[in-house]
Order: sequence, then C-alpha cells, then structure tokens
Amino acid sequence: MTERIDARGLSCPTPIFKTQEKLWAMKNGVLEVLVDDGTAKQNVARTAEREGWDVEITDMGDGEYLLTLTKKVE
Amino acid sequence: MGHENEILKKITAFFASKPGIIFVGAFIGVMAAVLQHEGNPGNMGFCIACFQRDIAGALGLHSAAPVQYIRPEIPGIVLGAFIAALIFGEYKARAGSAPMIRFVLGFFAMIGALVFLGCPWRALLRLAGGDLNAILGLAGLASGIFIGTLFIRRGFNLGRSRKTYPVVGLVIPVFMLGLLIFLIWDPTYYDAALGEDVTFIRTSTIGPGAMAAPIALSLGIGLAVGFFAQRSRFCTVAGIRDSILIRDYHLLLGVIALVIAAFAANLVLDQFSVGFEGQPVAHDDHLWNYMGMVLSGLAFVLAGGCPGRNLVLSGEGNTDSGIFVVGMLAGAAFSHNFRLASSPTGTGDWGPQAVILGLIICIIIGLTMRDKS
Repeated sequence: MTERIDARGLSCPTPIFKTQEKLWAMKNGVLEVLVDDGTAKQNVARTAEREGWDVEITDMGDGEYLLTLTKKVE
Repeated sequence: MGHENEILKKITAFFASKPGIIFVGAFIGVMAAVLQHEGNPGNMGFCIACFQRDIAGALGLHSAAPVQYIRPEIPGIVLGAFIAALIFGEYKARAGSAPMIRFVLGFFAMIGALVFLGCPWRALLRLAGGDLNAILGLAGLASGIFIGTLFIRRGFNLGRSRKTYPVVGLVIPVFMLGLLIFLIWDPTYYDAALGEDVTFIRTSTIGPGAMAAPIALSLGIGLAVGFFAQRSRFCTVAGIRDSILIRDYHLLLGVIALVIAAFAANLVLDQFSVGFEGQPVAHDDHLWNYMGMVLSGLAFVLAGGCPGRNLVLSGEGNTDSGIFVVGMLAGAAFSHNFRLASSPTGTGDWGPQAVILGLIICIIIGLTMRDKS
C-alpha cells in the first residue's frame, strides 16, 4: 500500500521529521512525499537513503517534487 | 545550455555532500578569523545577532552609541543567497506561515542572544577563540534546541506557507541593498538647530560599532558566505537539532568544521586566548550566558533555523524568514532601549526578566501551535 505525505509549505524540520517517523512506522513499502523546495527535497532524500530506502525524484513542475521512497520486504 | 546545466548540477551535488558542508563550515570559520584580524571586534568575525543590533543602531532604532554601524556582512549574506537562489532556480516568494508568531520568535531570539552576547555562529567562534564562557552559551543553545525538539515531536507546526507574488519576496533583498547603498553613500543633511551637516546613518566612533573590517572585505566575504550557505543549507541550529531529533549528523559536520577551522586560523593569526575573564565583548555570568541561549535555542528551533539560515532563506524569497529577521531587528532595538542587553560588565538591568518572559511566551507558542493529525 502506498502512503503519502504532503510536506509542501512546511518549515524545517517538519518535512524530514514526518518522513522519518513514517519510515520507522512503515519499515517497508512505498512512501510518497510531496515537497516544494530544494532543501526539503535534499533533506527527505538523505533521510530516506540513511534508512536504507530507494529514492526516486520526479519534478512535478512549478518548484514541486514528488519523492517516491521504496523499500522491499526483507 | 546543456553544458551549463551540467556545471550547475555538479555544484549542487558538491554542496549537498559531506565534503561540501565541511567546506562551507570551514570557510565561515576561517573567514570569520580573517574579518576579526582585519578589524571586526574580538571573537566577532561573524555575529548575526550583534550585527543586526549594530544595524538597528545605525538606523536609530536604538541609541546605544558604541553599537551603531551598518555591518556589510548582513546584506552580503542575504544578497549572496539571493544571487545563488536566482542562478539555481530556487528563488521562490512564499508567505503565510504565522508571520506574527515568527516576528515574536525573532524578537525573543535576539533578546536571548544579546543576554549571552552572541548568536550561535558567534558562540562557536568565541569557543574557537578560547572564550570558555561560550561553553555555557553552547550548553544553553543545545538545551533550548532540545526543548524545541520536544514540541516538534508533539506536532508543533507554524502552518503551511504558500507561494506568492515574486515581488513580495524581494522586500528583504531590496532592503538589504538599500542598507548597502546608505552605508557607502553615507548622505548628510543640514540640521538648522545644530547649524551643521549631520549624517542620516549613525556610525559609532567608540566601542564595538567602531571596530570593523574594510567594507569591501566584509561585503565580499558576506556574499560568498551567503552563496555557499544557500547551496549547502548550512544551519548551526539544525546541526544540533537533527542530531537529537532524527540522528542525522550531516549539518553537524559543518558546525564542527567551523569550530576547528576558526580555531586553527586563530592560532595562525595569534587571536587565541583561553579563559573566562576579560574575553572580548563577553561577560562571565555563567547562569545568564546559559539561560540567554536556552531562550534563543528554543526560539530558533520553533522558527525553523539559526539566524544565519533565516537570513539566507529571506534571500531566497521566504518572507516568513524575512519576518523573523525583522523581529530580530525589533528585539535588538528593545534590548538597548530598555536595558535588556548585556555588556562586558554583566547582564543588563532587565535582561534576566526578559529571558524568563521570553521562555514563557515561547513555551506557550510551542504548546498551543500543534498539528494534532
């Protein structure tokens, strides 16, 4: 099941904090995180990679990015 | 065009990496030592709080004669960040995330910083200069940040900002450019009552406000720091906060690099002197050095970053950070108008009381602004 976080417009550290909490709760699966600034994009990607998730970034245009974080069941 | 994009991508990748953040921290540390060597006050190559206080004085928002000067480093940082944001397509005017509360947070963050006599950058630089009072300040900063993380865990949130008209995001960069113009031009007018020409802008002739590196050097370094800090997202508060909150030590590397590089540069430039007493622009009231920075640390976390980071964000068009910066200017004015600010002899008459009031207000903000979902 795909979960989603809309982190657009949220100040640091809320995007990475919400992402981290969700990744810890999910443990695996697919998490989509929507952000609208470069800092949040880098921070969320780094957080996910540190937790061992694969990161795919889609440029949605107008400064928005969709990060698709994936981790298979081990 | 494709080749230019490749270069921009490589630059972005470098500043997002570990070597990148270490480079930026080290650059700030070394340049701070250079600025001090070339005329800035002791252990004050950079101090976002003190420098904004000096600017407030230059504009007549307070009348403390020893601390009035338009510090070029501040407009430099904002405009350097602005230029970086434009080049890399990250300028985005945004607004609407509880601006009134951000003003209050900036106001009290400055009050706390002026009780300690430094922002987080200066706390690190004071440590690198041998000022052991900075240990209390940094302990206070970490404590305030820790308290802030408790609120974040409970769901503290100032609410979403929204994209807005590009001109809205230009207010702070243009204001900073205006400060630079007035600094360099230094216009006068004829005051009939005094019977002589008087400058619009006040400039100290004594005290820390009279101690400054050459304008071109301060501005040049400020621009570079602003550019690098924007690309790398350098933030001293996030360095400590993320280590506590999510065990992310990336930004902490930059903080450590700053201290080590400044320390090394101070040794080379013979600017290192260890002790508690007699340190430049510092006092040794351990309790209020600690408590002032508890207030500042808490306010910075609730507002999303250290004052240097908020300057950079305001250069990117983030007017919520811009309001925080304006709040800091107002806090500086109040601090000197109402004897809240410390001096080398100790705390101001009402500094401790203002810190307690500020902590109460920040705790109320932390408790009541909560995203329960």
